[in-house]
Amino acid sequence: MTDTSTRTGPADWATDQEVRWCPGCGDYSILTAMRMLMPELDVDREKTVFVSGIGCAARFPYYMNTYGMHGIHGRAPAIASGLAMARPDLDIWVIGGDGDMLSIGGNHLIHALRRNVNLKVLMFNNMIYGLTKGQFSPTSETGKVTKSSPMGSLDHPFNPISIALGAEATFVARTHDMDRKHMMETFRRAHEHKGASFVEVFQNCNVFNDGAWEGITKKQNRDANLIQLHHGQPIKFGAEGEFGVIIDNGSAKVVSVSDVAESSLLVHDENKEDPSTAFMLSRLARGPFEPTPVGIFRAVERTEYAASATQQLAVAQDQKGPGDLAAILRSRGTWTV
Amino acid sequence: MTDTAPRELPLQELDEVIIRFAGDSGDGMQLTGDQFTSISAALGNDLATLPEFPAEIRAPQGTLAGVSAFQVRISDFAITTPGDAPTVLVVMNPAALKAQLHNLVQGGAIIVNTDAFTERNIEKAGYKSNPLDDGTLDNYRNYPVPMGQITRDAVAEHGVKPRDAERSKNFFALGLISWMYTRPVEPTMEFINTKFRGKELVIKANEAAFKAGYNFGETAEIFEAHYEIKPAPLASGEYTNVNGNTALAWGLVAAGVLARLPTFLGSYPITPASDILHELSTMKNFGVRTFQAEDEIAAAASAVGAAFGGALAFTTTSGPGLALKGETLGLAVSLELPMVIVDVQRGGPSTGLPTKPEQADLLMAMYGRHSESPMPIVAAKSPSHCFDAAIEACRIALKYRTPVMLLSDNSLANSSEPWLLPDVDSLPDIGVDFQTEFNGTNEDGDGIYLPYLRDEETLARPWAIPGTPGLMHRVGGIEKEDGSGNISYDPENHQKMVNVRQAKVDGIDVPDVEVMGDQDADFCFLSWGSTWGAVDAATARLQKAGHKVAYVHLVHLNPFPSNLGEVLGKFKKVLCPEMNAGQLDKLVRAKYLIDVQGAHKMNGVPYTTAEIEAAALETLRV
Repeated sequence: MTDTSTRTGPADWATDQEVRWCPGCGDYSILTAMRMLMPELDVDREKTVFVSGIGCAARFPYYMNTYGMHGIHGRAPAIASGLAMARPDLDIWVIGGDGDMLSIGGNHLIHALRRNVNLKVLMFNNMIYGLTKGQFSPTSETGKVTKSSPMGSLDHPFNPISIALGAEATFVARTHDMDRKHMMETFRRAHEHKGASFVEVFQNCNVFNDGAWEGITKKQNRDANLIQLHHGQPIKFGAEGEFGVIIDNGSAKVVSVSDVAESSLLVHDENKEDPSTAFMLSRLARGPFEPTPVGIFRAVERTEYAASATQQLAVAQDQKGPGDLAAILRSRGTWTV
Repeated sequence: MTDTAPRELPLQELDEVIIRFAGDSGDGMQLTGDQFTSISAALGNDLATLPEFPAEIRAPQGTLAGVSAFQVRISDFAITTPGDAPTVLVVMNPAALKAQLHNLVQGGAIIVNTDAFTERNIEKAGYKSNPLDDGTLDNYRNYPVPMGQITRDAVAEHGVKPRDAERSKNFFALGLISWMYTRPVEPTMEFINTKFRGKELVIKANEAAFKAGYNFGETAEIFEAHYEIKPAPLASGEYTNVNGNTALAWGLVAAGVLARLPTFLGSYPITPASDILHELSTMKNFGVRTFQAEDEIAAAASAVGAAFGGALAFTTTSGPGLALKGETLGLAVSLELPMVIVDVQRGGPSTGLPTKPEQADLLMAMYGRHSESPMPIVAAKSPSHCFDAAIEACRIALKYRTPVMLLSDNSLANSSEPWLLPDVDSLPDIGVDFQTEFNGTNEDGDGIYLPYLRDEETLARPWAIPGTPGLMHRVGGIEKEDGSGNISYDPENHQKMVNVRQAKVDGIDVPDVEVMGDQDADFCFLSWGSTWGAVDAATARLQKAGHKVAYVHLVHLNPFPSNLGEVLGKFKKVLCPEMNAGQLDKLVRAKYLIDVQGAHKMNGVPYTTAEIEAAALETLRV
């Protein structure tokens, strides 16, 4: 879109529908980031589709003036995979929460990621079920007391970044709802990526799990616990960059830079083919109270699924010629009476 | 073999024969049956086949569980079923004899591979003594042939190892049966050379085995005659032999061509539907995109996504898979997008009988979704009819923007019959237009797109696909406001939408049913799906015996043809035979208050003509 007369602004990407999230919900800032980003991308509204499952996050498509489908619980990656295969020309975003994508839809998520379907998957992680009013989710900490776990949840939580890397997703990133600039930059990179992009967004549910991410995302905690990943740079954090990350005995570990040689710090390489180092980084924090990386964990190139499917159609046409109905009906041999 | 010179045996004319080849799953019985079918088709016989194989891929050799069979009926008159009971049984081992003997008509012929009747094999099959000489076969015409030994001798000169030679004995059997029924040699020679291209030794062995079988019939003095079955008076034209799964796959692809739309199949492997996925996967030059999903739900969901994108989308499955797809189909009903769901029914519940037929998913097709979720249903009646049924399901889906259920079953899927090929140019145009313009105005008088503004006649909503400028809109499973499609929890709106979704399906243009047989009969069969063949044949037999009998067969099960109630109401007795515990009879009774009697069978074997005939006679007596 180089013609300035057709250039859109954030308002052009908004629908006339009233946004119905609870006041104060983290989803608002994610929506704003998205509406602000879209005009900056070289995309058309009619070529953009938002697909979602069920949950608070899944209402997202109703608020974007694009094509959209609010699907059923957990199935958004599968619906979007079919759409991407049928229409490789579209720009498809998949929106869901931690319950939607890691519980009921966990299977679809990992398969869409391993196939590398051209989808931008944003998972809003608030570590709780919101729309069903506050049960523990697959990312809730063990021992979480909720209506369905009055004596504490017995479940060990999933680490979404580890899951995505385990599925060998080609683009894996994390951002949070308190930093619009970081969200926009992360979404932009997800959009630029060819293939499946997975972005975990730390999102606050101020009604059922308020402040769950504060230990990382609150301004006064960011220096101590928020690690910004920058490609090609040593991983350092802290007000003065006094902390760093090293690989020690097969694990990522936080150290004081003064205790180690600067050269021993891990230099972040998002393009590394082997996902092992990125996986180690994803294991750095045991919960939202320890230094936690945000940014792009992995961005590698691999053949995109729908493009490959289209390629097979072309090869088949080359080999067999265009489909001929009369001929196919006779392909098993015929006789005449 | 005492004499190698050809003998002059009498040639007897038969009007039909029903042959069942039975052996171990590794014995190549399906291939043998298929090839015999092909030769007979080319000779102009009418025919119908019924393959039967175990659910296990390689059940232990020589056991009852591993028996694979193929029944073929060839005739000089028009037939609609593979026949009730074989008149000739070809058995390759004791297990096959044990498993299949009860099927054979009394006095029928058994051609048996005596070499396989070793003590160990006899015991494995559960026989206490050798059935070949303990009187078990007294009521049959028994033709013992050492197939293994003769095959080994015949292929030895080509340097084939004895163990490999064993694999050619199905071609010996095929050669022998080909001689018995005066089938030509040449087509099978061609078949062997094509099928095993590049494997010279295998070609030589199979050719030699086939010829040895053929010559054995002629020279061994154990057969009294050989037989001829003249061509059947079939309508003139070009024929192919097709099974239901293949015809169904071709029908789906044809529908894409006739609708000028790209096609998409989302599927998860399941017996007996997988062959449709296999077939469509070979047709990518038609622009068919096939997606083997991670599960049944994703298979259906991907089809919904593709339909939203403007493809003619399908998902194929069998009963257990359909159960899993239920929620997604509810979404498809709510989104009012065209797609076709194929259910190749098998025995259930649960894993049930994966390789046997049943018609017990009808009520699930009709009601197996949450809430009021009406869905049109089309059911195929014969293997070749699967082609037409697939096109009809797609036509309804596109015209009315609705998911459509297409029912087949395991017996249609794998059985084959000659199919008079349609003229491709005469197939219907089922194309529809995408919405490309605004269809409403807002308060300011500006053009807007209303995704749920309906066509007055069909009640179908417009189909605007992503990429269409200006028509951006959102659809979803939450109840939609009539017209705008925006989220609406308004009570009156929901009532209206429930009513209109039902009215849309009720109003589908379904052709009237025709009464077949005696128009003035008091007795009428009501059938659907694969029971058509046996009902048609039973009607003819009953008529021949002097009874006045009619039948009505349903291809459309939702909505019913509009004249159905009136037509059935004219008969004093209506009998509905189904391979379930009574499903269509419930629907018809509920809708028309007609006292339909049911006949039910659920043993995994298709209805025979005799069973339908007996059920009718009983009903007629009461």
